[in-house]
Amino acid sequence: MDEGTELCVTIGQIVQRLKGTHLHSQIERQAKECLHQPDIRLESLKEDVRSFLRTSGWERRLQNAVYRELHVQLPPSHPAAPPEHLKEPLAYMRKAQASWEKRVLKSLNSMSSELGVPLARRRPTLEQKELTNKWNEMGTDEPDLSRFRPVYAPKDFLEVLISLRNPNHDSSEEVSVRSHWGLIQIPLNVRDVPQLRRAYSELNMATGQLGIDDHAHVHPDLFESEYIQVGKKVVSEQDSAAAQQYSRQGCPTELRADLWALILNSTNQPQDVMHYEQLKAGVIQHDLLVDNLIYKDVKLTASNDDYYFVFEDFLYQVLLCFSRDTAVLDHFKYNSATPPKSYMEGKESGDDCAVVYPPNGVIPFHGFSMYVAPLCFLYNEPSKLYSVFREMYIRYFFRLHSISSSQSGIVSLCLQFERLLQTHLPQLFYHLRQIGAQPLRIAFKWMVRAFSGYLSTDQLLLLWDRILGYDSLEIVAVLAAAVFAFRSENLMEVTSLASAEAVLADLSTLKVMPLIQIFLFATAI
Amino acid sequence: TSKTHGASVNKGLYDYDRGEDRIFIRYKCCQINTIQDVLRQRPGWVEVKDDEEWDFNWCDVGWLRENFDHSYMEEHVRINHFRNHYELTRKNLMVKNLNRYRKTIEREVGHMEVSKCDFFPYTFALPSEYHLFVEEFKRSPGSTWIMKPVAKSQGKGIFLFRKLKDIMDWKKNGTHSEDQKEGAPVESYVAQRYIENPYLINGRKFDLRVYVLVTSYVPLKAWLYRDGFARFSNTRFSLNSIDDKYMHLTNVAVQKTAPDYDPEKGCKWQMQQLRRYLTAKHGREKVETLFEEMDNIFVRSLQSVQKVIINDKHSFELYGYDILLDQNLKPWLIEVNASPSHTPSCQEDYEMKCRLLEDTLNVVDMEGRLNGWEKRVGGYDLMWNDGPVFKEDLNLETFGSTCFTVNTHLGKIPSTTCHFQQNKHLQPLSFIKLYGFYW
Repeated sequence: MDEGTELCVTIGQIVQRLKGTHLHSQIERQAKECLHQPDIRLESLKEDVRSFLRTSGWERRLQNAVYRELHVQLPPSHPAAPPEHLKEPLAYMRKAQASWEKRVLKSLNSMSSELGVPLARRRPTLEQKELTNKWNEMGTDEPDLSRFRPVYAPKDFLEVLISLRNPNHDSSEEVSVRSHWGLIQIPLNVRDVPQLRRAYSELNMATGQLGIDDHAHVHPDLFESEYIQVGKKVVSEQDSAAAQQYSRQGCPTELRADLWALILNSTNQPQDVMHYEQLKAGVIQHDLLVDNLIYKDVKLTASNDDYYFVFEDFLYQVLLCFSRDTAVLDHFKYNSATPPKSYMEGKESGDDCAVVYPPNGVIPFHGFSMYVAPLCFLYNEPSKLYSVFREMYIRYFFRLHSISSSQSGIVSLCLQFERLLQTHLPQLFYHLRQIGAQPLRIAFKWMVRAFSGYLSTDQLLLLWDRILGYDSLEIVAVLAAAVFAFRSENLMEVTSLASAEAVLADLSTLKVMPLIQIFLFATAI
Repeated sequence: TSKTHGASVNKGLYDYDRGEDRIFIRYKCCQINTIQDVLRQRPGWVEVKDDEEWDFNWCDVGWLRENFDHSYMEEHVRINHFRNHYELTRKNLMVKNLNRYRKTIEREVGHMEVSKCDFFPYTFALPSEYHLFVEEFKRSPGSTWIMKPVAKSQGKGIFLFRKLKDIMDWKKNGTHSEDQKEGAPVESYVAQRYIENPYLINGRKFDLRVYVLVTSYVPLKAWLYRDGFARFSNTRFSLNSIDDKYMHLTNVAVQKTAPDYDPEKGCKWQMQQLRRYLTAKHGREKVETLFEEMDNIFVRSLQSVQKVIINDKHSFELYGYDILLDQNLKPWLIEVNASPSHTPSCQEDYEMKCRLLEDTLNVVDMEGRLNGWEKRVGGYDLMWNDGPVFKEDLNLETFGSTCFTVNTHLGKIPSTTCHFQQNKHLQPLSFIKLYGFYW
């Protein structure tokens, strides 16, 4: 397909998606109403209306909506390609993902039958009333969660990734200098340092960064003050693309909430609030088995974290609604995963009796709530917090726990991490491998959570600024390698996996931007 | 007899590396927690037994009360309290001094300045100001008040009330049962207007603990520590049940006895964390104003007792200020503690308290290493030195500029990055040289 045709198809798809949305009807209405204005003339109707839409900011809003659609669009493909190829082009990856999903669903079903807890049940009226009253303080509830176990933990998933093999690739058993020493034995194309330098050029040492040049010892006039002024302008212009570009150098604390909302096009319109209220009503009406998994996860992770324990209630409010949001099913078009189906009680198994479970198709795992927790620092209002989280999930986080060949997918990130380490710190990698401390075994849990819960909040937010700015999770793999590089001296002296874990147990004092900058731009190639 | 003034210099110990006599600072320390660890690790500091002479004393207020007046202290000796610190740290006296200070300002300066003194809620000493209290009480019907014992700490003996009848009952029944054992008289209480709209984070109330070090009252020299923390209540805030002591009182000591207290939870946030959270939510300007208002509280509260406190040259004092924020981001002074708890709640807290105490000793400077011009020592910023201290240095270039910022960094930079580098800054002066003693 040539470029011209590709573009037409893309435009067609975007127009199709935006047709009938609330934005469409708003713009139509605005266009109709502006006809009353004196400066709109019949002779130049089209231009005048267009110029009105531009000056009143509606064109910008449309631009932002289009920009958003480009982020979640399927990559261009052959017209005859079946939808599953669009989710994931490599057959063996699809197969691996499908069998992983089967395992997870089986685990969920057996939990349901063992504990005698239905996958879903309608709440009795009294219970509904109680929950409504307690909506803002669900954290005070102490349900008995001892019988519930998380459906899986990141390390289970890691084992699956380690066992992935490309049937067309002959990976010999011998370990040589040229072979890959790491755990991931898949030949995916991942970028090396020279390529990363070009792609992440804004992070180089000559460019000002938040996380480096806003340090106390640096006079604000050298970078920070002006950078904040630029940021204020970006926010007032309400331009998504500009915000995304700006975010590459970091977002000032006071502007971050607005900038991220812009980048993700989370406008929190009345219909978004209404959508959230509907989800909330869904939570009140029905109790899902996965709710218990969410409760358990929050209690185990966020509630025990010094930074996030305050936000416990918010986390329930977001995650319980998230489970019921069928709008999330949209993202499975480009996610290699497929939403699990479950069968209604009493009916025979057949596709027409199957329902997606949970309604949003996402089964939470141990640590899932940590995707939401840092956002609580930025957004107070539940519906806004919800819409920002949902957008972040369907753009980025889903890739961290599904098997795919995407450059931002967890498989690529793992491979990239290992390759970076092997290329630039071969002695360290070899040493760790020899003592049975494969680096990925330690770094995996960081990457699956995009470092949430491992870094201090302000550092984490600086990292996520760049994820949004570059629309890629690669930076997570780079940081993981940079952390190992930073602690390499200590790591060279350890003699067991346990002591390697101990050296890397506490990342809360790390400053991420200097580490990334040094790794990318000061490493000898 | 030739008395060895200053530190006891053991003539037999000659430091061949430095080429000078080693100095020893004899210290006395009654408490068994963080301060002990800090003193013990300080090079050249030696603990002495009860009857021996000391150069430095970290005592509790009880010892102070019994012994201060009877101790002869040589010029170099330092002790960690001012004789009548209670003028600031006892709730009824603090309020009395603040009210008097406020009136003086109103009389001598005017209305504009007075508004800067409105940082403590209405407080009345009982029973002496009972009639004034009733007047104010009636002026704001439905308001909630809090009854606090004047000299207690850690949340003991406190209760909330909304009706005068509640106090009548309480007076009739004698004092709160806890106090009956200790025989505290009813007179030693204050009634304070309860702040009903505290700033909440996800439904939880919190207060701030800030550390201020005063090395002299006349002239007033005060240092503000960069670290501090926010202490959260474990339960969600609601005005419905004023009986729930655990919800309203945020002292960690009280929280620890709450039934759902989970020690692993850590109901504290570092000041940096809070500052960043507030900045993300409200923007930089509002938060800077808030912290400026807090600076104002510290300085004015100290000024209010400046003339009353016995300004003994041997004294210094580390105060723990308790500040509460309301929903308008206005800070309120709740109380000042002369013996802030140094018992750590977790490892991170322990490290912070160690740094705090080490830096306190660095400012007190028994070793004589400072030159006296420092605006920052470790995590302490000099906030007031007989006048405001500014970040910018006053010189020919800045002369005439109106844009000066006060030299405080509360919650901005963690004190971990401000290590007082003992060996790098200045040559350690010989202790003897500094005080010109002979032996």
